[in-house]
Amino acid sequence: MSKSLGYKIGIACGALLLASFILAPLAWLFLSSIAELKELLAIPLRWIPRHPTFARYGGILFSQGPESEFRKIMWNSFSIALAVTVICVFLGSLAAYAFSRLRFPGRERVLFLLLFSYMLPPIAFIIPLYQNLSQLGMLDTKGALILVYSAILVPFVIWMMKTYFDTIPRDLEDAAKIDGCTHLGTLFRVIFPLSLPGIVATLLFAFLMSWEEFFIALILTSTLQAKTIPVAIAEFSGRHSIDFGMMATGGVLAALPPVLIALLFQRYIVEGLLSGAVKG
Amino acid sequence: MSSFQKREAYFAWFLIAPSFLFIALVIFYPVFSSFLLSLFQVDLTRRAMGTPFVGFKNYAEILRSGYFWTSMGRTAYFTVVSIALEMLLGFFIALLLHQKFYGRGVLRSLLLLPWALPITVCAIMWKWIFNANYGALNAFLTQVGILESYRPWLTQPWSAMHGVIIADVWKVTPLVALFLLAGLQTIPRELYEAALVDGAGRFVTLWRITMPLLLPTVNVVLVLRTLDAFRVFDVVYIMTQGGPANATKVISFLAYQEAFKFLHFSKGAALSYIITMVVALFAYLYTKTLKRQIEY
Repeated sequence: MSKSLGYKIGIACGALLLASFILAPLAWLFLSSIAELKELLAIPLRWIPRHPTFARYGGILFSQGPESEFRKIMWNSFSIALAVTVICVFLGSLAAYAFSRLRFPGRERVLFLLLFSYMLPPIAFIIPLYQNLSQLGMLDTKGALILVYSAILVPFVIWMMKTYFDTIPRDLEDAAKIDGCTHLGTLFRVIFPLSLPGIVATLLFAFLMSWEEFFIALILTSTLQAKTIPVAIAEFSGRHSIDFGMMATGGVLAALPPVLIALLFQRYIVEGLLSGAVKG
Repeated sequence: MSSFQKREAYFAWFLIAPSFLFIALVIFYPVFSSFLLSLFQVDLTRRAMGTPFVGFKNYAEILRSGYFWTSMGRTAYFTVVSIALEMLLGFFIALLLHQKFYGRGVLRSLLLLPWALPITVCAIMWKWIFNANYGALNAFLTQVGILESYRPWLTQPWSAMHGVIIADVWKVTPLVALFLLAGLQTIPRELYEAALVDGAGRFVTLWRITMPLLLPTVNVVLVLRTLDAFRVFDVVYIMTQGGPANATKVISFLAYQEAFKFLHFSKGAALSYIITMVVALFAYLYTKTLKRQIEY
């Protein structure tokens, strides 16, 4: 059946609208990061910079000046997200195995409790947590953020991994057990390799969520020692005299890792998203 | 229980215990002490008064106050308007991407961009676009002749609220579209072919087949989004700080301010408990819709 001309035009218009709806704001963020400040402040505004420059990126990534603070902050974010991911996968995979393969009293109830803890808004526990961490002298440390993020994400990791483990047929393990494999042996030799795509997706989500978390970091950190990118970006946009170009550059750098991850691992990410366990 | 079952149970608990203790310590224990805190009067700005037990006084004060209910109203407005827009736009995008055409794959990948962009970056991006003196929106609207002069979008109550909504809609609509698209793909082709044979037009099939069969997906997305939108904080914090004239002071921003700006810890805890109750209600609805989904 050949499609009518009206249909084709409709599709083309829709596609064009959608692409510009998504891309226009992003393009402007990027252009702002490479345009000279006086061009950004000009009225009428010039959309395409006359002398595009990557000097701001160079400043943030390589210089020793005040811009190098942002580099330190990026490192904070990266090391925190990495530590959280490692902890979550270690704790989460063990528990997920138990929930997926073993029978024990209270199984359903504990699982439900975990899910519930993941749905709790951070405001429900942040006030006493802030007081406790302050008594322990742990405010404004990377350790505190790693601790809190891991605790929030472990239930999510357990839930996702359990879902993936459930899809692996039990016959394979039974065969391995007959050959003399232990419980943990089947976990590492049978289940892990077979559910690798799922584990990768879970890892990526855990990393992305710790990378972009804002509310808890805002409350628990205050200096370069532990501050993360979202906090730095929020501070930057709150200043009175803002270098808009610098703000845009920080934004692009903060967005780059997650955007690359999303595009490179697109299939895993979309599957993970649709499984419904991930927060928007 | 046989000894084999017992051993299995012990082993299971051995695997779960580290995670469970960890979560209990970092989340459940503070959730519980938050409740205790809300029953006392812990107020760092009035240290001399001590920390007396006051029962549910904090809750009563909040529930009787006007600012709480106006803030709830604002949050509800934000939630309803942003979700309505996200659903409507998301539905059209999903319908579009369900067609076969050249470049569809690229467009689907593009959908992931706003989702992947950290919410804080999304917020500064829109704050910069809405900027009163140098913003791209002002520049664009004056250059095409719609506006005569630049406008301070984020410092006027009505447009500030809708600016925040636009930022949220931009970020979340693609995700909603992805969900709805996945829902569309589960509808069997035969139904459409049968409808075509019966002589049904495009709108009739949309109304009679697509819509009803998409309803379960719509339900899930609706509850999930409500859960999220009701807690909106990041975008508001960065774009407007609850202003102008409290026009965007949503409920989670109110709780944050109460606890960490004014240091009224107990009142903040009581407020956050009220928020948690509402969220728990949505979460309950969510698990219920999920269960019904599985029964389909």
